[in-house]
Amino acid sequence: MEAGPVNGRRGAGPWLLLLPAALVMLIAFALPVGMLLARAFTHPEPGLQNFILLWERPVYLHVLVNTVMIAAAATPVTLILAYPVAHAMAHGSPRTRRLLTFLVLIPFWTSLLVRSFATVILLQRRGPLNTLLVNIGVIDAPLPLIYNLTGVLLGAVQTLLPFVIFPLYSSMRRIDPTLMPAALTMGASPVRAFLRVYLPLSLPGLMTGATLVFISMLGYFVIPALLGGPRQTMVGQLIQDQVGQLGSWGVAGALSFVLLAVTAGLLGLLHRLVGLKAVAR
Amino acid sequence: MTLPAMGDPAGPILELRGIRKQYGRLAAVDDVSLELRHGEFLTFLGPSGSGKTTTLMLVAGLQQPDSGRIILAGKPVDRLPPYKRDIGMVFQHYALFPHMTVRRNVAFPLEMRGTPRAEAERLVSAALAMVGLPDHGDRLPRQLSGGQQQRVALARAMVYRPALLLMDEPLGALDKALREGLQLEIKRLHREQRMSVLYVTHDQAEALTMSDRIAVFDEGRIQQIGTPSELYERPATRFVASFVGETNFIPGTVLGRDGDACRIAVAGVPMLASDRFSAQPGTRVTLAIRPERLRLSAAGEGVPAELVDLIYLGNARRYVLRLPDGTEWSALLQAGMADAATLRHGDAVRLTWEAAHATAFPG
Repeated sequence: MEAGPVNGRRGAGPWLLLLPAALVMLIAFALPVGMLLARAFTHPEPGLQNFILLWERPVYLHVLVNTVMIAAAATPVTLILAYPVAHAMAHGSPRTRRLLTFLVLIPFWTSLLVRSFATVILLQRRGPLNTLLVNIGVIDAPLPLIYNLTGVLLGAVQTLLPFVIFPLYSSMRRIDPTLMPAALTMGASPVRAFLRVYLPLSLPGLMTGATLVFISMLGYFVIPALLGGPRQTMVGQLIQDQVGQLGSWGVAGALSFVLLAVTAGLLGLLHRLVGLKAVAR
Repeated sequence: MTLPAMGDPAGPILELRGIRKQYGRLAAVDDVSLELRHGEFLTFLGPSGSGKTTTLMLVAGLQQPDSGRIILAGKPVDRLPPYKRDIGMVFQHYALFPHMTVRRNVAFPLEMRGTPRAEAERLVSAALAMVGLPDHGDRLPRQLSGGQQQRVALARAMVYRPALLLMDEPLGALDKALREGLQLEIKRLHREQRMSVLYVTHDQAEALTMSDRIAVFDEGRIQQIGTPSELYERPATRFVASFVGETNFIPGTVLGRDGDACRIAVAGVPMLASDRFSAQPGTRVTLAIRPERLRLSAAGEGVPAELVDLIYLGNARRYVLRLPDGTEWSALLQAGMADAATLRHGDAVRLTWEAAHATAFPG
């Protein structure tokens, strides 16, 4: 048995160390968000008029559905692209792992805004990509790669890939590399071995990645603004317009409130579905 | 429950013909040929990097040979993927599927083969009973001890009666007491189930305990293949003599022949040894003699030596002997052989042996 006072001090120490971070989160995150959400019910006067407005004007509901749809489209695309990269990082040689980690981290060295503008230049009608494709004869006329859903997805997926690759990688690293060969020796084809053994074991990483992509995507604002067209307007842009251009904090608060509720609801549903599936087998 | 062995009992269950596998410029497996008989327990023994595990992986189809043929149950399989070969495999770290219960793990190969459900359930129960874990079916692998996990892995590799069972250092991750218990258990399963087994280990005692025959690997080649006693009593190369059991290596010079034996000067004393090559007089050779084959006497014929240490081992005594040239030999005498019991530290002794128990190797 340890002496009482030593134990007591050991117990309190870690909590004290958490305090600075907790204070920053409280002042810079919890308070402003709380105030914004509160304004939905108080601005310009107390009541539910902001929510009634959202309900009565079809544009708001439309943009909300749009936002969820774009996020829902970006999530599987990102997961599918990230999966083989994470796999190579998890089970490749240390050299491969170092190289891929480096490549995946490169995008973090430049700001999102710079990268998005670069994407605009690259993807525009007379940009390098279209010029190349026309010149080598793959296509006859330039493809519409920007100011539409393709542009938004291309921009979003490239910024979100690292957020899926790393959780996937850390969950794949924990998978014993002899499980797949073992399944093969027992008569499982590579596809069946993957579906029955590897995929279920990488599910925690996939869930974390999917969650991060989906949530980040719901709040996206720079990318749809720069790379999307009017049809790809997302809730984040509406909130920005309400505050920045119209000064209407109440409507912005109500939109934020609904976005938060939808996010929480969809996440709960997703985890419930996949969680149950993982337990069943 | 004993099921009949599969395939044609007349021919070998597995045949390797001139198998080669190269990694860059290194020949991991270099011209390996062997036959595994029906129901035989054959062990690949060798140090790490000797090619034993690579050869096993080639048989499993988890790696592809550069050249050579692999014939399993009469059919060439070297172009077939692992899942089309009729094999079972046990891995060093068990390789149980952590998200499946013990029952589902053992049922997995049956499921892949489309075995009807009722039949599969029956086979799984029988396999779990066979390895002594009839009541552990609903546990997850992580809820079992290492030894139990390896029993489940055994059940999983045997439940579908593959033509050949491959084991890659299956006891390597277990502690000594558990390892010895499982050695006997695997032996028993092999005997009762009449399985053909290819077993890989770097532990020579394990190989001697378990095997019908042993193939000793070094530098990608089979140095010798034979029964445990053949390997121990008549090692073909110096490497085999050093890797299997304990051996004194003693330098000498060939003097001439004496019938089947070879006359060799050891520390100036003419002694007899057997050789597998016809050594010419004047050739420098190395004798390999097991410690228990050395005989000690206080006087008379033999190589003179000084007794520098005497270690009591209970069932035996170990004598450490130093020759005039400084080399140290080790002799092992069973308890009850009283002739040398009166010797003490510092005593001068004479060493002798029978010609059949000393093997001369070139160099």
